[in-house]
Order: sequence, then structure tokens, then C-alpha cells
Amino acid sequence: MTDNENNQQANTTSTRRAFLKNSGITFGGIVIGGTIGGLLGNVKEEPTEQPAPAPVAEVANPNVALMFFTPDEYQTTNAAVERIFPEDENGPGAMELNAAIYIDHQLASQWGVNAKDYRLGPFYKPEPTQGEQIKLLRQDLFRLGLKRLDNYSSENYEKQFLDLEAEEQDGVLAAFEEGKAGSISGVSTTEFFKLLRQLTLEGVYADPMYGGNKEMLGWEMRKYPGTRMGYINEIQKKDFVELEPNSLQSHMGHS
Amino acid sequence: MATKLPKEPVVVIGMGWAGGIIASELTKAGIKVVGLERGKERKMSDYLMVHDELRFQHREELMQDLSKETVTHRNNSKMRALPMRQYGTFIVGDGLGGAGSHWNGQTYRFLPYDFEIKTMTEERYGKNKIKADYPLQNWGITYDELEPYYDTFEKMSGISGETVELYGRRSNPYPTKPMLKTPVLEEFEKAAKKLGYKPYMMPSANLSENYENPDGIARAACQYCAYCENFGCEYGAKADPVVTVLPVAQETGNLDLRTHANVTQILNDGTKATGVIYVDTLTGEEFEQPAEVVVVASYVFNNARLLLNSGLGKPYNPADGTGVIGKNYCYQVSSGYSTLFYNDREFNLYAGAGALGIEIPEFTGDNFDHTNENFIHGAGIRSTQYGNRPIANNNVPIGTPSWGKEFKEQSIKYTNSILQVKSQGASMPHRQNYIDLDPAYKDAYGMPLLRITYDYTEQDKELVKYMAKVTKSIAEEMGPDHIDTVGEQAPFNVNVDTNTHNTGGVIMGAEPETSAINSYQQMWDAENVFVVGASAFPHNSCFNPTGTLGALSYRAAEGIETYLKQGGSLV
Repeated sequence: MTDNENNQQANTTSTRRAFLKNSGITFGGIVIGGTIGGLLGNVKEEPTEQPAPAPVAEVANPNVALMFFTPDEYQTTNAAVERIFPEDENGPGAMELNAAIYIDHQLASQWGVNAKDYRLGPFYKPEPTQGEQIKLLRQDLFRLGLKRLDNYSSENYEKQFLDLEAEEQDGVLAAFEEGKAGSISGVSTTEFFKLLRQLTLEGVYADPMYGGNKEMLGWEMRKYPGTRMGYINEIQKKDFVELEPNSLQSHMGHS
Repeated sequence: MATKLPKEPVVVIGMGWAGGIIASELTKAGIKVVGLERGKERKMSDYLMVHDELRFQHREELMQDLSKETVTHRNNSKMRALPMRQYGTFIVGDGLGGAGSHWNGQTYRFLPYDFEIKTMTEERYGKNKIKADYPLQNWGITYDELEPYYDTFEKMSGISGETVELYGRRSNPYPTKPMLKTPVLEEFEKAAKKLGYKPYMMPSANLSENYENPDGIARAACQYCAYCENFGCEYGAKADPVVTVLPVAQETGNLDLRTHANVTQILNDGTKATGVIYVDTLTGEEFEQPAEVVVVASYVFNNARLLLNSGLGKPYNPADGTGVIGKNYCYQVSSGYSTLFYNDREFNLYAGAGALGIEIPEFTGDNFDHTNENFIHGAGIRSTQYGNRPIANNNVPIGTPSWGKEFKEQSIKYTNSILQVKSQGASMPHRQNYIDLDPAYKDAYGMPLLRITYDYTEQDKELVKYMAKVTKSIAEEMGPDHIDTVGEQAPFNVNVDTNTHNTGGVIMGAEPETSAINSYQQMWDAENVFVVGASAFPHNSCFNPTGTLGALSYRAAEGIETYLKQGGSLV
């Protein structure tokens, strides 16, 4: 099954669900009011008549929920990723692409607690050629880094990072990148910045099953077709062949 | 206390290309083999969900779990070596197939020059060309002697390619035709031909056509899906021990394959091995497996580490150049390259294959005059089309910020409009570049980690500068709107991505004083121990190592068979 067919099916289902909900007015014994009720107009007076199809409700994505961050941390992360990869005429930025949701899920994973890294001591300060020697787990480094973003913003602008103008946020992130924004429990702010940048790009371009790259819009922006079984028909074409993106979900039918 | 198992004729440590070939050859000859693999089992259908850049490339799913074992590194002996805590420069395979599952499939032969490098360099340029600190050695075998084994490896794996005049004599053409030539490769080809070079299609283990090998294994042609390096191939188009030699060995009924079996020690009395000790990595249970012959066929690092941890062979001493285990560790240099940016052209860069590329032979080995150069050997100058996956490929012109508005604009603008002319350069041994046991850091089983003492040499730096200029001249001929050329070799950094072509540490040669093994990969100091893999290379050439590793594995298998019949030293 192609992704398109899947999407269509998902849309049909949600429309049907919205219709049932709306036409019944009461659902599970609760009277639906507010916006949904308002949309239905005079349905009450003509209950036998089918209402015009309601506007297609956005498909709720159960993946958009927090496993690790507090809501405040999530908001700060959202603001930070948007500066790394901002919205522009090419398309959405990292915030809209759900990069912060992706980061939340990664930090909650085994990778967030460095499960496959060498963790035995002793830890020494490395020469620049020796790779990172950080005792903090990734999830702790990120959490403390977010705190440092706010503290540094307060020290310099008397505001939280989230409340700064975009240019000010860029200034803060540049100071972090250069390692000039103090320390995070002994770790350079550069290390936090590297993690933030890497995770933002992953959140924009990794398969959508990980929570980011919303609706494959990250891929679409760069005309990347995502995951396909092969390109033998395209590989020798002189002109660029643009293909609609597919996610790994499209491989589930194969055996 | 280890549970002692019944004695077996042959135990093989590691089930990648080297171990897989040896298991396949010996079991076909009716010899019982125990195959010990520290990682998990693996089969072709496991690869159906591999088109996942994050999981396989950036989270290194097919690679060794560093929490159990890693290496330590320092640039020179004055520094304290520190562990590689996460992946950066090289990745080490794990599980059935080893690095032969996650490789790209670029399958070259080394040059006749490589095998007699000391003699041939001195003959052409005089004794002073090789400086005293570079322990360059002949391999104890010539290209012509090794040629039949290359031929066997290429037929087994179905290598696609074309004959190159400037390279060694071939007894047969490649078993399958070259890969498809794409518009990307044609850009390089046109420019290289204009400059008088003779470009050829890179020899590839990603099958160009359906193929059945002499063992009766049939595999399907490559679909150019762009997921080779770091990934397994769901078509079996990419040669991998899991879809070639291992099923052949299993079919004989003579292979006793044990996964999650991590060998910690080779038992020996100083002159002969009696067996191995291994740990079941899932349960922690320890076993002793006695054997007539022990074949050490894990990765370069672990081959040397196992010998050192077992007291087999004389450890190398950099102070006086004596000893052999850990000697001549080499890598490769790839810092000379040009990146080409086009404003009005787009290529189908999302498509590709791991060994889809084009190259010129004129700057490899001693194919050009080094009289006025401060280096020997050379580089393959090449353009490749692996398929540019989006997390890993965000190239922007030098000087562009690495994040923010401008970064986003430029990285998207050039996503499908960027080509590269690259160089992969040879690595010569240096007296101060070696591997030994780390005095401080241990693996999950309490055994010392391997310590790498390594930095790029003057020879490397000169070679990189020279090759960068060659890449630039071809790039200019290709006529893009902008070219960035990089031509300075920075110090070796364990966290910067280069390649996984590590070699040496248990090198082959003609004399026991300067090498650890003979040309059958048999240890001089322990006749029933064979150490197989790129650890045997006395230096590293400018080509990917697997073809040569495969050829040497076939020769080792022949040697082991002879040894089981007659015993003693094979040379």
C-alpha cells in the first residue's frame, strides 16, 4: 500500500468519526457544546437531515506528547530549534516540523542515557583530538543546557530565552556555540550546542516515525523521496526526477 | 570456572568476511569448524527495515556496542590515551557478517607495487627515498602469487567492474559488468578524459546484474536504493557473508555456529594454542573450547588485542623497533578533495549505491613519478554516488554559518546540486604509529582495551596537498559555479568522520624478525594459530581493503587445510 492510500484512509476515518460525533450531538452521554456544537448550526431542529460534511478535523497525532521534557523545557527547546532551522520561503522551520517532539523522544530513549557508549572511568579532560569525555548523560546535559540558556538570557537580557527577540536568541546560541556562555556542570556550552544542532537536523530529516519531520515536509523541502525500494528507473535520468516522499511505514507490507 | 567442551579440529573467532570464507572453504572440504561470533545472528530478511538513516547510520545499529568494548587513542606517546566513548572516525561491525554486512562494497585489488613496495621503491628512487622512521616492508608474497585468490574472491562475491590497464594482470575479467554510468559520473568522466586520464568504473560488490556464484548462490541485481554504507542489503545484491559464504558453510552441516560468544583469551603454552575461552554475552557463562587450530578472524583491533591479552607473539616496542604484535598500524588519508556547487543544475543525488563511482588510475601507487615529491605511493581520485541521505548531507560553501537562516537556505539550495572529486590516499607505516594494550581502561569482561598511538605523518601531509591539487584541476574542468578545495591534513582526530580502513598490527612478511605471520597468515611463533584480516597488511594502499582481505582469507584457508594434514610451518 502506498502512503497516499494510507493518508486517504486515515482522512476518511477521521471524517467519519467527526461526523458521528457531530451528528449525534451527545456522545457517551455528554452534550457536545462549544466550538463543535456551534459548527453544527441548526442540526437540533432537523435531526433527520444529514449535516453538510464538517471541515476535516486535523488528524490527531498521538506521537505529539511529552515523554521526557516538562512543558516549559519543551517550549524552550521549540524556540531554540527554530533558530537553528527557521521557517523561510523554502518551507516550515524545525518548530513546525516537530523537532522538539523528536528531541523529547530521543532523550527518553536508550540513546538519551548513553546505553551504547563506553561509560567506564576514569574521565579526563581530552585533547581536542580525543573525542568527548563527558560524564553527564545526554538527557542530563540537554536539560541542564536548557537551564543554562535561560540563566544566560537572564544575565544578559533580564528575560527567559523564550521571551527574547529572534536576533537576541541567535546571539545567545552563538555564545553557546563558541563556548562563551559559562559552563554546564563543568561541560562547555559548545557541547550542548553541538547536541542541539545535531538533534535539530535529525528532527527535521529523520523518518517521521521518530516524531519529527512532520508529514515528511522536511524531506519535501529538499525534494528527498524518503524511503523507496529502489531508483533503478531514475538513476540514469539526465533531468531531476521529483518523487513524492515515502516513509519507512511503506515498507511494512513487504515480506 | 569455564565449562570445558569437547575438542574440535578448528575454531574460528569472528564470522565476518575472513572467518566466513575460512569456515566456508574448510567445511566444504569436510572439516568440522566451530564459528564463534560475539554479536547476534542475522539473515537477509532482517534487512527489510533498513532504510532508516537515523537508526543505522547515526545510531550505528549494526556496529559494536561500545559500552562493552572500545579502543583508546592518543596522537603520540607523550599523551594519555582516552577511550573512544562514542563513534566518530571509524565504525566497527558486529554480529554475523561483521563489517562485511555494513560495508559499501568497493572491492579493489592492491597493486603489484604494494606487495614489493620496499624493493620497487628503492630500485626506482634509491635507498634514501624511504626515510628511516618508516618501516616499509615487502609482504612476503607477490601480486602474481596472490592473483588466483583475488580471482576466487571476486567470483564468489560477483564483483562488477572493468579491467584497468595500469593495474595488475588479471587471469579473468570481472564476473559481472560494471555498474550503471550515471550523469553524475559522466561529469567526472568527461573532465578526466579531457585532461588525458583514463577513468574506469569502480569495482563493486553491489551486483550490476543477477548473478550465480560457483557455490550455487544466486543473488539479485542492485536497485540503486542508496542504502549501502552502514546498512544491510534487503535484496542480497551487496555481497555480504550473510548471503554468500555463511549459508554455504551452514549447508554442509560441518559448521557449528555460536553467536553471542565473545572470545576473551587464546589458551597457549607459548608455542602452540590449545583452544579459546569465550563468554556467552547474554548469560555471562564462560566456556573453554579446545581445538587443533585457532583462527583469529575478528576485526583489525581485536585481532591484535586477543594476541596481546593471550601472550601470543612478541609485542612491538617503538623505542627500538623490535617485536611485531602491534607494529605498522596504518589508516588512510582522504583530506584532499574538492566540492563543486552548481547554481542551475540538479542531479538525482537521492539515488545511488555504495560502490557506484568512477576513478582514475594515474595517481595510484607508483603510477606517476615521485622523484621530486616528498612522499611515495598515491591516491585514487574519484567521484562517487552513494545516495545523499538528508541528515548526513548538508553541504554548504565554506564560510557559510553552520546553522540558522543562511545555513538552511544554502543547504537546501545545494542539496541536489553538489558533486565532489575526492581522493583516498595510501597510508605508510611509521615507527611511532602502533597499537598495544591500554594500561588503564578495560572492556566489560575485565580485559584491557586496545590502545592506538597514531597521528598523520609528514608523508601523509605531503600526499594530501598533492592530491588536493589534482582534485581541483578536475573540478575546474567540470565547470561548476563554485569550488571549495580542502588540502590540509589536520591532526588525526578520533571524533572526525573519515573511514574505517584500519590495517596492520599482526603483519605478514618473509621473516619472523619483522613480521608476525607468513603469507598463509600462520603465526611464526605458534604454528597452529592463523590470524586473518586486514591486520595482516604491512601498509595500507590507496584502495578499500576488502578485496585484499578476501584474497588473503582464501590463501589462509588453503594453508589451514594443508596444516591439518601435515603440520609444521607452511613456508
